[in-house]
Amino acid sequence: MSSPLLELKQISVSFEGFLALRDLNLVLNKGDLRAVIGPNGAGKTTFLDVITGKVSPTKGDVIFKEKSLLGQKEFRIARKGIGRKFQSPRIFENLSVQENLALSVSRPKTPFSLLIDNLKVKHLDEIQHLMSIVNLQSKANIRAGSLSHGQKQWLEIAMLVGQDPDLLLVDEPVAGLTDEETDLTADLLKSLAGDHTVLVIDHDMEFIRRLDCPVSVLHQGHVLKEGSMSEIQKDPLVIEVYLGQSEEEE
Amino acid sequence: MSIFSTKKSWINLTIWVLIIALIIAAPSLLPVFRLNLLGRYLSLAIVALGVDLIWGFTGMLSLGQGIFFALGGYCAAMFLQLNSSGEFPNGIPEFFGLYGVEKLPFFWEPFKSSIFTLISIWLLPAIIAGLLGYLVFRNRIKGVYFSILTQAALLVFFNFFNGQQKLINGTNGLKTDVTQLFGQMVGSEIMQRWFFWISAILVILAWFFARWIVRDRFGNILIGIRDDEARVRFTGYNPVIFKTIIFSIAGGLAGISGALYTVQSGIVSPQFMTVPFSIEMVVWVAVGGRGTLLGAILGAVLINYAKSLVSEALPASWMFIQGGLFILVVTALPEGVLGWIQKGGLKKVLFLIGINKKLETYPSLEVNEQGEVKS
Repeated sequence: MSSPLLELKQISVSFEGFLALRDLNLVLNKGDLRAVIGPNGAGKTTFLDVITGKVSPTKGDVIFKEKSLLGQKEFRIARKGIGRKFQSPRIFENLSVQENLALSVSRPKTPFSLLIDNLKVKHLDEIQHLMSIVNLQSKANIRAGSLSHGQKQWLEIAMLVGQDPDLLLVDEPVAGLTDEETDLTADLLKSLAGDHTVLVIDHDMEFIRRLDCPVSVLHQGHVLKEGSMSEIQKDPLVIEVYLGQSEEEE
Repeated sequence: MSIFSTKKSWINLTIWVLIIALIIAAPSLLPVFRLNLLGRYLSLAIVALGVDLIWGFTGMLSLGQGIFFALGGYCAAMFLQLNSSGEFPNGIPEFFGLYGVEKLPFFWEPFKSSIFTLISIWLLPAIIAGLLGYLVFRNRIKGVYFSILTQAALLVFFNFFNGQQKLINGTNGLKTDVTQLFGQMVGSEIMQRWFFWISAILVILAWFFARWIVRDRFGNILIGIRDDEARVRFTGYNPVIFKTIIFSIAGGLAGISGALYTVQSGIVSPQFMTVPFSIEMVVWVAVGGRGTLLGAILGAVLINYAKSLVSEALPASWMFIQGGLFILVVTALPEGVLGWIQKGGLKKVLFLIGINKKLETYPSLEVNEQGEVKS
């Protein structure tokens, strides 16, 4: 196997003395599907912020395609092939579904090109294809803000795929979705892995189990345990910090 | 993928027909004094279009458009002063004599050229807006901080221009109405009629230009920046470049507007850079309808015409009326008059007064024969 697609080396992030991440290591290979779980405040979102350039780490390095991402602007990192879905759906509410996707598939992403060029047929086909994946063809010209919560989540995932990234970072894609929608989302993400590398963050155990992939458990800013879902569930440490808690809640 | 639904385009078309009819009829209907006022307000509509681009579409509330407006005005006035200063001592504009200046300041020199002037009227404000914008946007200054910063910049420019008697006649400004152009006095009736036509045509061209900018994906990115800048970044676009470009374009439009306004009002002075005037520009757009372009034109022309009519009848009351209008729009019609009409506001009124029986509570979908939602 060649070198990994993404490698986090000894990442630490401190916010005014509070260590959000400490000595975090993680390796993702091309085509991997990986889930990251962890209780609230474990640093899951900060960890995505570091990869996408929103937060620079106090210590450590992020290697993507054998090059460091540190100090790069968010849009450059996005252009290198890292797409990110936010925790709550973030789409352009005042644009139609089709317009949202058009912005995501457009290339090159320069002002001049957007102003002068027409969208290529290839890209128009891609928009149709993306809408069919997430079942939004009938909503093509509807204002994205009037979609249901689940449809917004899917539109955002479709926008992510439209960027054609090598790495998809998906933060809580099933928050607020119905069971049926959750299952569909899991299948969608599984089908994306292989062509893309997918990293999913979520709390929802059923959903993670359905993804059927290696899981990393994050706790207090570092990786507590890595393994399959069944291994994780047997691990006494994990049960103590995470699964134990959630069972009590239920 | 048109931004406008059919209903909207009908409303817009109707308004355009009215505007064009008004422009064509005005020169024969209005006395030259009124025509000149209309010409001035049409030129103000150009700066309003710029404000709509940066505020209505991109969400950046600039309170400093007066800078670029005044710069365009000064460019035009400097040319006109030089163009008619042949008979003055030292061959330089008369006011220099008052301050004992005998040699033309260096930056006046290029304004002897008409071509340089015609270019600098829009290019100079555009460059300055671009530079200022780039520095501000690169540091991710936005929202209220951006507004305060632009207003501070406006005050800096105001104070500078106000204090430089020896360079640009300071607080007195530069008069253009007694200058010469094509052998005619700029303030003469025939010239003013020409300026009216030029303003009218440039407003329409400026609208087409602005429309072309926002028509497709470029405009969608601007809306994206307004609604969720972070998402734009993570989609792989650099918002700084887009904001700089649109701010620069708005600056250029302000310059053209300022030049036309100057030649029609007969003077450019630091008064163009006062805080209330730049805020008024925002009010025109807010009242007309943010993000509609046409609303900016309507707002600028109608509010200013109302202002001159009210001021003639009740000199002291205009400020109250304008303030009240702004409050009314912000509270009752947040999308402005045109935005409100486009969203079916008239139907609602007809319903309330009992003429129209049906009220749409859901936006209707257009369906084609197969029962699919149409584009």
